[in-house]
Amino acid sequence: MAHFIDRRLNPKDKSLSNRRRFLKRVRSQIKKAVEDAVRERGIADVDRAKNVSVPTEGVAEPSFRKSSEGGRRERVFTGNKTFQTGDRIEKPPRGGGSGAGRQGSPDGEGEDDFLFALSREEFLDFFFDDLELPDLVKQSLKEITKTHPHRAGYSTSGAPANINIARTMRNALGRRIGLKRPKDKEAQELLKRILKLEKVAAPTKKQREELAALRAQYEDFVRRRKVVAYIDPLDVRYNYFEQRPEPNANAVMFCLMDVSASMGEREKDLAKRFFMLLHLFLDRRYEKTDIVFIRHTHDASEVDEETFFYSPQTGGTVVSTALVVMKEVIEERYPPSEWNIYAAQASDGENFSGDSQKCVALLTEELMQISQYFAYVEIVGEDEAQLINSEATGMELWESYGRVAEIWPNFARKRVSTAADIYPVFRELFAREPSGQGNG
Amino acid sequence: MAKRATKAKPELLFDQTDWDFDTLRRTFDAIEQVAREDLDLDFYPNQIEIISSEQMLDAYSSIGMPLMYHHWSFGKHFLGHDRLYRKGARGLAYEIVINSNPCISYCLEENTMPLQALVMAHAAFGHNHFFKSNHLFEQWTDAEGILDYLEYARRFLASCEEKHGLGEVEATLDAAHALMPHGVFRHRRPRQLSLREAEEQRQARLAAAEQNVYYLWNTIPAKPDGSQVQDADLLERKREMQLPEENLLYFLEHYSPILKSWQREILRIVRNISQYFYPQKQTKVMNEGCACFVHYYILNKLHSEGRLSDGAMLEILHSHTNVLTQPGFDDPRFSGINPYALGFAMMQDIKRVCVDPTDEDREWFPDIAGNGDWRNVLKHAWKNYRDESFIQQFLSPAVMRRFRMFAISDKSDSRYCTVTGIHNTHGYRHLRDVLAHDHDLSALEPDIQIADADLLGDRCLHLRAVRRNSVPLDTASKEATLKYVERLWGYKVEMVEVDAAH
Repeated sequence: MAHFIDRRLNPKDKSLSNRRRFLKRVRSQIKKAVEDAVRERGIADVDRAKNVSVPTEGVAEPSFRKSSEGGRRERVFTGNKTFQTGDRIEKPPRGGGSGAGRQGSPDGEGEDDFLFALSREEFLDFFFDDLELPDLVKQSLKEITKTHPHRAGYSTSGAPANINIARTMRNALGRRIGLKRPKDKEAQELLKRILKLEKVAAPTKKQREELAALRAQYEDFVRRRKVVAYIDPLDVRYNYFEQRPEPNANAVMFCLMDVSASMGEREKDLAKRFFMLLHLFLDRRYEKTDIVFIRHTHDASEVDEETFFYSPQTGGTVVSTALVVMKEVIEERYPPSEWNIYAAQASDGENFSGDSQKCVALLTEELMQISQYFAYVEIVGEDEAQLINSEATGMELWESYGRVAEIWPNFARKRVSTAADIYPVFRELFAREPSGQGNG
Repeated sequence: MAKRATKAKPELLFDQTDWDFDTLRRTFDAIEQVAREDLDLDFYPNQIEIISSEQMLDAYSSIGMPLMYHHWSFGKHFLGHDRLYRKGARGLAYEIVINSNPCISYCLEENTMPLQALVMAHAAFGHNHFFKSNHLFEQWTDAEGILDYLEYARRFLASCEEKHGLGEVEATLDAAHALMPHGVFRHRRPRQLSLREAEEQRQARLAAAEQNVYYLWNTIPAKPDGSQVQDADLLERKREMQLPEENLLYFLEHYSPILKSWQREILRIVRNISQYFYPQKQTKVMNEGCACFVHYYILNKLHSEGRLSDGAMLEILHSHTNVLTQPGFDDPRFSGINPYALGFAMMQDIKRVCVDPTDEDREWFPDIAGNGDWRNVLKHAWKNYRDESFIQQFLSPAVMRRFRMFAISDKSDSRYCTVTGIHNTHGYRHLRDVLAHDHDLSALEPDIQIADADLLGDRCLHLRAVRRNSVPLDTASKEATLKYVERLWGYKVEMVEVDAAH
């Protein structure tokens, strides 16, 4: 006799809690590994699951065990081909390979680092650890226009679709027991006995009396079954949902990039990495994230991702055109009351002279009022980066944007020169402010 | 011809690789029939659970038990297995079997039907019989209560985490796990507490601990002659500690001056789990050998009766041989003697000696050679031996020749390793001694005892490690583990290594 049990539908993450405990223990090592990974990885696979190796110290499980060296030992091996009793085999040099006589490490993992894989979720958790969206609180308070239903117990009224069957049946059962409603089976049995007695051709007095009594009882049963309903409207319970206000759950991200000839492959690649990070980040915070790609030379247009990054274009550089297009797109499709608007602009800092003033005006008067956050990343050459060492000095666009940043705290500008800078700069832009300041 | 016509052609148990529960049940019943009627095995009722690969990984990481308390080290093992599995570097076990009553076997859903048959015969009858009949398991483990106990352990640890915080509990568990191999009684069996008794004892301890914190008494000055009485008390206590003590966790649980009652209970839980697994560590060769022998016999029997198709049998044999390979010492896959291979080969050989002995066998095994009753000889062996004694008693020259065994001795002060014996007339006995010794758990694990605990003076705890054959302890792990002992003892801990007297 065996019991077969199908456990496949049981919850499978039984060791999730153990896994979390382990990750907590090696937190600092993982963070370092994740940062290294971002530096080395391509853009497309930045959010893939990641193999992480952690030095054994801190996660070692020591126990008393015998040393693999010293003393006398004797072991049996298999597969003898040529050995005879008394043969002497020279030992391999110390620290060398796996000669005969060496005892295997008792713990298979040995001295090497402990290697394991982080899931995508875990990876991103570490990746965006300590990062926060700027001014989220302020905006969401202003924006409570949406609500979301949440379970909040049971109610006695509601839509049929929300009937809670388990609750309802439980109440009905209790009521039926309480009111002593005869069971179907009992009634059937009674009926059977009546039919049996009725079949008796010449009933005795006693049988007639019994039959009468049974009939009376049966009628009583039927009556009570009619009076006491199987399910009474009293029993019915509905799942109750409460409408809770939700912060605005949609975000749109504008990627603005200068694609004029001065932006080479390297610059575009750096910009792409930055956009990529921002997108990943927004994606985790919002239910729905749209991306709008706007590229510009002396003229700006909305394009798809492929064109944005890879299609070459020539022309001058007029930054304000991109801002104008962004404004148009917002007016057309993304009303600020329904969307959280983020923008990231990447450029090499060159601009048609005089246009920077126009940009500042566009930003301060219109765009910054409706945007959650605007990040400007200036991509400079590696040699340039060493020359420019002051935040204040730079090209016209950089200096003009400095004035915007003074007025609007949710505007940020940073310089980036190598791929390794991207992640630190990104972190700096979104670093969680010390509490208290956050609500600005 | 006539006879053949009257006998109905036996039906195949299954004819495809996919399984469903009906097929499983039918096959299980057929296997059970052979196990019960032909082999006359004695086993716990079976409970067979089908699980997915993720669940198998889960089960791996909590040392194969269906429920376990939480600890980061299980998470570490999970991640390690998970990575190797995903990389394809390591397959999953086809099954995990638990020594409990009813005996639970976990079978992987991805197994094909022939594999499920193999796994059921192997685990649900082979291992199950061994668990129920072997004297070590009978004496030392409590198949009835283990799942209840683990459930109690898990709830207790969860409640500790709530009361005292994750960090505190983790620190205690870390230390206890480090001493886990030294948390067993090797020679005397402790009295088994039932679950209820364990709970009562814990409550009593808790109450006592609460009474001890009766601050009013602390304000009354001690009697001037009280110290004398105390000294005598301590001397008496030291005598009661029954030193030397090899069960480090037991000692710390009872006598550590700093542990709180819930920490002592944690040590107790870890120690009980360690004790539960102790017989399994001592019977790897026998346990696996028994299971392999049983599945091989039963499935061959079903095949010869025409109830398994040739294709299914080939798939079964393929898996069977994969598990039972013994690579030679110079093969890159070599990692010591494969317990499955050795156990199976020895048991098959016992059967051969009983049925078809040679002159050599008659000389080596006069009591069983040719008696034909291999079923009872094997059942006797499964019941009364452990790896070391089984090898010492039953390893035959034929098996040594087949494995082409040879023994090598290695002295640290010599430049050479010496071959001390090979599979020839002079070497058989020596080989057998060495191999048996190599499977003696008490010789493999370091021998560490509590020698003294100076409760009167500086409260230093003295440990003594006895070196066998002058093999020292691994220094790095020794230092790390001693730190854990210190954490549990609360005062200084010293260890000396001494050579065993010859």
